[in-house]
Amino acid sequence: MKNEIRFSLNGKEETLPGDPRRRLIDVLREDFGLTSIKEGCGEGECGACSILVDGRVIDSCILPAGAVEDRTVETLESIRETERGEKIVQALTRGGGVQCGFCIPGMAVSIESLLRTNPRPDEHAIREGISGNLCRCTGYQQIVEGVAAIEHVEGDNS
Amino acid sequence: MSTPAWIRPATLKEALTMRRDYNARPLAGATDIYVRHRAATGTLPPLEDRPVLYVGHLPELTSISEDGKGWLRIGAATVYTDILEHPDTPLLLRRAIEELAAPALRNAGTLGGNIGNASPAADAVCALYALHAEVDLAGHAGERRVPIAQLITGPGKTTVGADELITAVSVPMDRPGSFHYYRKAGTRRANALSKIAFCAGGTVLEGRLTGLGVAVGAVGPTIVHSRDLEVRAEGSDLARYRKLQQEESAPGGFLTARYMALISPISDQRSTDAYRRRVTENLLRDLFERTIPTLLSGKAG
Ligand SMILES: Cc1cc2nc3c(=O)[nH]c(=O)nc-3n(C[C@H](O)[C@H](O)[C@H](O)COP(=O)(O)OP(=O)(O)OC[C@H]3O[C@@H](n4cnc5c(N)ncnc54)[C@H](O)[C@@H]3O)c2cc1C
Ligand code: FES
Ligand code: FES
Repeated sequence: MKNEIRFSLNGKEETLPGDPRRRLIDVLREDFGLTSIKEGCGEGECGACSILVDGRVIDSCILPAGAVEDRTVETLESIRETERGEKIVQALTRGGGVQCGFCIPGMAVSIESLLRTNPRPDEHAIREGISGNLCRCTGYQQIVEGVAAIEHVEGDNS
Repeated sequence: MSTPAWIRPATLKEALTMRRDYNARPLAGATDIYVRHRAATGTLPPLEDRPVLYVGHLPELTSISEDGKGWLRIGAATVYTDILEHPDTPLLLRRAIEELAAPALRNAGTLGGNIGNASPAADAVCALYALHAEVDLAGHAGERRVPIAQLITGPGKTTVGADELITAVSVPMDRPGSFHYYRKAGTRRANALSKIAFCAGGTVLEGRLTGLGVAVGAVGPTIVHSRDLEVRAEGSDLARYRKLQQEESAPGGFLTARYMALISPISDQRSTDAYRRRVTENLLRDLFERTIPTLLSGKAG
């Protein structure tokens, strides 16, 4: 019987430890120490546990770990090391978008997911892109403005 | 050999064997199953000791293709985002999916799961009713194709056999004259199950209405629809449509009155029965008194 479940995690080939039915959030936080991933609601409502699977944002609190076999998982730990990831984090923090900060890692992952398919999102697209991420502190406006400003930075570069 | 807890079949054929031999529970995006069988932090979800049969990776279940006769066949485990990205997805289904939850949910959720869940509030399924979608099932005895409305029999109930998998959903592609009408009343826009989902579609070509489909979600134990009423309107031009509508002198005409008689909304944590009735009636009137007559009185073509 084949037991090894392989997947790519932040650019490294890994083997999935334990039962494939475990929630991916538990595997990533407990076994891999990736604590940028937060558990808010635990049922797909708040986005605090957002990660990328094959480049698209997914809630890791309602995803069985076995579902990422042969797929690519990225968390904020690797995203923030990239140029765009850095800009996203900066945009969120600089614009006054962070208060308690709990939602911010998930927010950043959703924005990364959005920018991969839509590098120049308008306000509507930004709001749609973060519509699965609840923030109880900021009212979203500074976050949206911060992301719109990323577009500006990239526009300057090109 | 002990019963496996997590099964990842290599092919659809193997999946069907596992489904039968282990009474395994199909799992695609897990967005329903992992909420319904919610695990406390750090524990396994309580899955009632049934093995999980993961189907989200099967190529047979994740492709989208045209059948050459104007229908689009969408693999049951295709995630919503891929359906949205396909150029031939009918607009009515596209609209329903665009307003379904948030990106993270659309990157995981599937039509097979929306059907399997059989919630009367299922948004994609509502669009599938209005499109008269046909569902392909495979089992050990072979394959069968069933109209969506015949597959779902009650809240959480389907006639999917214990040894069967939903393999695909076929919908007619839009053509000249196709129209769609989609309204969702929810709470917060994203990640809210509908208080009401209202889906309608059909074709108006050369002043004639054909293929009308109307479906209302979250106002009864299953999605509300009526083949009889749709057939009554089939082939109408404006004069015949007006005559049909006058068969009842209720506000909103015959069709509104008949659909209102079919709904049986309840009050729950999301909404009240009176609110659901009022919104449904307003939408029915908008569709039957404004949208369809306007289309029928437009210039041909
Ligand atoms: C926060 C949140 C918001 C949501 N918002 C909406 C919304 O706005 N509108 C809406 O309609 N839904 C919504 N949902 C519900 C859910 O996302 C959808 O029903 C989705 O389509 C389920 O698909 P899945 O692949 O994740 O299903 P799964 O959880 O994998 O499966 C659901 C059921 O279908 C069965 N099943 C799955 N695939 C097959 C198959 N191929 N053959 C046979 N049986 C199968 C499973 O055994 C299970 O019983 C929401 C869920 C969450 C958590
Ligand atoms: S913790 Fe996963 S969505 Fe809230
Ligand atoms: S900053 Fe506190 S939840 Fe968003």
